[in-house]
Amino acid sequence: MVQSLGYLKESPSQTAGPYVHIGLTPNHADIRGVYDTDLGAVMVNDKTLGRRITITGRVLDGTGTPLKDALLEIWQADAAGLYNSPSELRGSADPNFTGWGRCATDGVTGEYRFDTIKPGRVPFRDGRPMAPHISVWIVARGINLGLNTRLYFADEEAANAEDPVLARIEHRVRVPTLIAAGEGDHYRFDIHLQGERETVFFDI
Amino acid sequence: MSDRPNRKPETGAFFARDRVWHPPGLTPGYKTSVLRSPQKALLSLDGTLSEITGPVFGHSILGERDNDLIHNFAKPGESAIGERIIVHGRVLDERARPVPGALLEFWQANAGGRYRHKKESYLAPLDPNFGGCGRTITDQDGCYAFRTVKPGPYPWPNGVNDWRPAHIHFSVFGHGFAQRLITQMYFEGDPMIWKCPIVQTIPDRAAVEQLVAALDWGNTIPMDARAYKFDIVLRGRRSTLFENRMEGN
Ligand SMILES: [Fe+2]
Repeated sequence: MVQSLGYLKESPSQTAGPYVHIGLTPNHADIRGVYDTDLGAVMVNDKTLGRRITITGRVLDGTGTPLKDALLEIWQADAAGLYNSPSELRGSADPNFTGWGRCATDGVTGEYRFDTIKPGRVPFRDGRPMAPHISVWIVARGINLGLNTRLYFADEEAANAEDPVLARIEHRVRVPTLIAAGEGDHYRFDIHLQGERETVFFDI
Repeated sequence: MSDRPNRKPETGAFFARDRVWHPPGLTPGYKTSVLRSPQKALLSLDGTLSEITGPVFGHSILGERDNDLIHNFAKPGESAIGERIIVHGRVLDERARPVPGALLEFWQANAGGRYRHKKESYLAPLDPNFGGCGRTITDQDGCYAFRTVKPGPYPWPNGVNDWRPAHIHFSVFGHGFAQRLITQMYFEGDPMIWKCPIVQTIPDRAAVEQLVAALDWGNTIPMDARAYKFDIVLRGRRSTLFENRMEGN
C-alpha cells in the first residue's frame, strides 16, 4: 500500500446541447428580463487602449454547413500583452478591457462576431514572445467536450514565424487554419470541425 | 479580487485532462457528433499564460433572483409550476481544494420537459412563469445553491424513440480559461439515465455516476423544497515550486 494522493476526477463533460443560448446568452435567445445584458457581449468601452478590430466567422461541420447553434468564447491579452486576471503577475492589465467575450452563432447565417482590440504579445513558458493571438473555445450540440483553438493574425507574419506554439504544428499545411485573414480592421476566422481544412484544435 | 480572499495568485499550469474519463468527440450513438467531431489528433500544449489565466466575475454582476428559477421569470406574485427543489454543492478542483468565485450558469427545461426556445418543437406546454436560466458564484468555500423546479424528461430526434432523462445543464468558469467546462446534472434514481445516448457518450460508468446528484434529505426544507447535492470538480493546478523561473535564474 502507498499513501493516497487524494486527487479527484474532473467532472466529465456533456454536450452544451441545442439550447445552450438559454443559459449563456438568454437575451439573445429572447428570454428577456432575467439578466440586464448577456455576459461577454461587450469587451471594450470608450477608454479601452489599443487598435479596435472586428472578428467574424463561422463554425463549419464536416459537410461545410455552418453551425447555427454554436457558442464561442474568446480570451485574450490587452494591447500591452497583459491578461485581466489575478493570475497575471507581470503588471496590471487595462481596466477598460475585459479580455473575455462570448457570442452565439447566428440562428440563420451561422455567423459570429466579436468587437475587440488587437492583443499584444505574451511570453511563452520559456520567455520567448508568442505572436499576438486569441484563445477560442467552441461548444455546440454534437460537441461532447468544448474545443480549444487559437486565432492568429495574418498581418503578423514575422511574429507568427517565430511563435513557439505555431512551430509545434508538424504538418505545416495546417498552420493557416489558425490564421485570421485581415482586411483593414476586420478579420475573418472560419473554424472547420472536420475535413481537409480541419482547424488545429489543442489539448490544453 | 474580493471573491478570492487569502489565496496566493495561482500561476501553475493545469493537470493534463483525462480524455478517457471525458466522452470522446466521435460518438455515433449520438448522431450529431458524427459531423461535428474533429478527426485529426489534438495538439497537446502545456499551459501558457493564455491558458492558465482567466477572467473574474464579481458578485456585483448577480441580480437578486438570478439563483431562483422559480421566480426570476415569473410575474409578480406568481411562480413556476413543478416540484420545488434546491440544488446545492461545492466546486472543487482535482486537488480537492474549493474553488471560490467560480461562475456557474445553469439552464433547463420546465417541469413538463419543454424549453423556452424558438427551435423547440416538443408538444409539452410552456410555463408562462418559467424562463429556464439562472446563475450564481461560489462563495469562499466553493459552495453554491439555487432554487428551481425539477425539469421533466423530454424526447429528442436521434433514434426513433430517444428521451433525455431529467437534467440541468451547467456551465462552469473556474480561475483559468483551460478549466472551462460544460456538463449536465442528473437525478438520483432516474432509470432513464442509463438509456440516454448522450449519457452513453461517457465510457466509464463511474464517470456517469459523478454527474448524478444525490437526494439530500438533510437539507430538504420541510413543507417547501427537496434538496439535491451536486459537487463539480474542475481541473487542478500543478504546484509552482520549481516553476516560473527563467533558465539560469
Ligand atoms: Fe437539455
